Amino acid sequence: MMQNVTIGQYFPGNSFMHRLDARLKLVLTIVLIVMIFFVRSILGYVSVAVLVAAMILGSKIPFKMALKSVKSMWLVIVMAFVLNAFFVKGETVLVEWQFIRIYRESLLRAVEMAVRLVLLVMISTMLTFTTSAKEITDAIESLFRPLAKIKFPVHEMALMMSIALRFIPTLMEETDRIMKAQTARGASFDSGNLFSRIKDMLPVLIPLFISAFKRAEELALAMEARCYHGGDNRTRLKVFKLKGIDYLAMLIIAAEMAFIISGI
Amino acid sequence: MSIKVENLSYTYMPGTPFEHQALKNVSFEIEDADFVGIVGHTGSGKSTLVQIISGLIKGYDGKVLINGIDYADKKQDRKLLRRQVGVVFQYPEYQLFEETIEKDIAYGPTKLGVEPEEVERRVRAAMDLVELDYDLYRNKSPFSLSGGQKRKVAIAGVLAMEPSILIMDEPIAGLDPMGRENFMRLTKSLNECGLTILMVSHNMDNLAEYTRHVLVMNDGELFMEGTPEEIFSDYDKLRAASLNLPEVAQFAKLLRAKGMDIPQNVIRYDQLKAVLMEKLGGKQL
Ligand SMILES: Nc1ncnc2c1ncn2[C@@H]1O[C@H](COP(=O)(O)OP(=O)(O)O)[C@@H](O)[C@H]1O
Ligand SMILES: [Mg+2]
Repeated sequence: MMQNVTIGQYFPGNSFMHRLDARLKLVLTIVLIVMIFFVRSILGYVSVAVLVAAMILGSKIPFKMALKSVKSMWLVIVMAFVLNAFFVKGETVLVEWQFIRIYRESLLRAVEMAVRLVLLVMISTMLTFTTSAKEITDAIESLFRPLAKIKFPVHEMALMMSIALRFIPTLMEETDRIMKAQTARGASFDSGNLFSRIKDMLPVLIPLFISAFKRAEELALAMEARCYHGGDNRTRLKVFKLKGIDYLAMLIIAAEMAFIISGI
Repeated sequence: MSIKVENLSYTYMPGTPFEHQALKNVSFEIEDADFVGIVGHTGSGKSTLVQIISGLIKGYDGKVLINGIDYADKKQDRKLLRRQVGVVFQYPEYQLFEETIEKDIAYGPTKLGVEPEEVERRVRAAMDLVELDYDLYRNKSPFSLSGGQKRKVAIAGVLAMEPSILIMDEPIAGLDPMGRENFMRLTKSLNECGLTILMVSHNMDNLAEYTRHVLVMNDGELFMEGTPEEIFSDYDKLRAASLNLPEVAQFAKLLRAKGMDIPQNVIRYDQLKAVLMEKLGGKQL
C-alpha cells in the first residue's frame, strides 16, 4: 500500500556520485540549484541539462529512475506552467480566445519555469539517490559545527535528524502492516468524505503512535545502556576528507558557474 | 471453504533497484475444513503468500480462488471476502486501538455491518473461545493487559468476524510453551467446527502435532507439499530448505542411527511413545 515511493530514496552504490564527499555534494547541490535561477540563455539551460545528464551517468542509476522522480512532481510542474502561461501579462498576443489571452513572453516564461523545476527536481534527487540519510546528517553536522561556538546544539540537532530519518522507513513499514491488519478487519481507507476518512484512520494512527513511543523508549534505553553521551569528545567512524574526485567535481561546478554568470 | 492458488507470482517494487520476486509460480489447493501449516525460512515468501490469499496485496500474476471465486475480479464484492477470510498477523496485539476490550473486539463485526445485538453475542462468544472472562474484561483497556492477553484480545477480534477461513501468520511467535499449546488447541477446536485453517509457523513440533497438510516454501517457490508425515520425515529435503525436523522426528532419527527400527513416519509424540512401548515390551500405561 505504501510501496513505490521513490522520492528521497537512497540507492546504495559505489559510483562517482556515491563516492563524492557528502558535505561537498550538499554544498554543490545548493550552489547548482541557486545557479539555475541565474541562467539567461538557452545555451545556459542546455549546459545545466548536460551536467545533470552527466550526474545521472556518473551515479550509475538508470535514467528511468531519475525521470520517475520528475513524474511524481508532475502536478507542481504543470501548475507552474499553467499559472505562468495563462495569468502573466506580456506584450505580443499569440492566442486569443474569449477571455483567454496567451502572450508570447508569458509562454516562454512558462516553459522556462517548467524547465527550471524539472532540473531542480532532478538535481536534488541526484543528491538523495546517491547520499544516505546518515551521510547527509553527518554532512550537515559537520558544516554547522562552527555554530557550536555560540552554544547552538549542533550535535543534538543532527542526532535528532538522523534518528527521525532512520525511522521513516520503519514507520512506513509499520503503517503498511497496521493498515493491512485493519483492512482485514473490515476497515476501508479510500471511501467517504474527509471527516469519515479521518475517523477511519484512527485505527491505524493510534497503534502507530503507541508503537512509535515504544520504539522511542526502547531506543533511549539502548543508547543509555551503551553509555551514550552528548557531542563533546565523540569521535566518528567515518571522517570526512576531500579526495581527488571531490576537487574534480568542484572544478566542474566552478566552470559551470563561470559559464552561467558570463551570461552567454 | 476451499482455496485454490494457480501459478501465483509476485514481485515487490518492480522496475526499481529494490525489485524482488517474492513468489515464483506457486500453485496448490486447500480443501474445505483443512488444517494447513506453511513453513519456510525467513524471506521465503510465506507472509507475501498469505497476504495475497487474504486479498491484502494486489497486482499479482496468477489466480487465487476462494470457494471458486476470484476476488481480484472487479465485479466481486470484496466485503464478502472480508467476511469469509479472517487474518491474524504476526504480533496482532499491535493492532489494538479502542478504549475497551469489548469495543476493540466489536470493531470487525461492526465494520461488516452486523446488528448490535448480534455483535454483542459474537464478542461474548469470541472472548469465551480465547478464555477471557467477558464480565471481568469487557470494560478494561486493552493496553492495560499483558502481552499474551493482548494477543488473545486481538485474536478474539478476528474470531468475532466469524470467518470461514482463518489465516494466521506466525501467531504463536513469542508465546510461552503453555500459551503455544493452548493456542494450538484452540485452533484445532476451531478447525473441528469447520473452519479452514492456514497457519504460518516456524514451530515444527506444533505443526507436526496438529496440522493435516504442510506446504514448504523455499525462496519464493513451493518446495514441498504433503501430509506432516511425508514432510517431516524427509530430513535431507527439509535441510535443503534450511529447515529442521520436529523434535520427535529428530529423536527417532537418533534412535534409528543407534540401530533401533523405528518407522519413517513417526513424527508425533504419541506415535513415538506407542512404537517405543511395543519395542521395549512394556504395557500401555
Ligand atoms: N514491502 C516489501 N517491499 C519489498 N520487499 C519485500 C516487502 N515485503 C517483503 N519483501 C521481500 O520479499 C521476500 C519475502 O518476504 P516475506 O513474504 O515477508 O517472507 P517470510 O514471511 O517468509 O519471511 C523477502 O525477501 C522480503 O525481503
Ligand atoms: Mg513473515
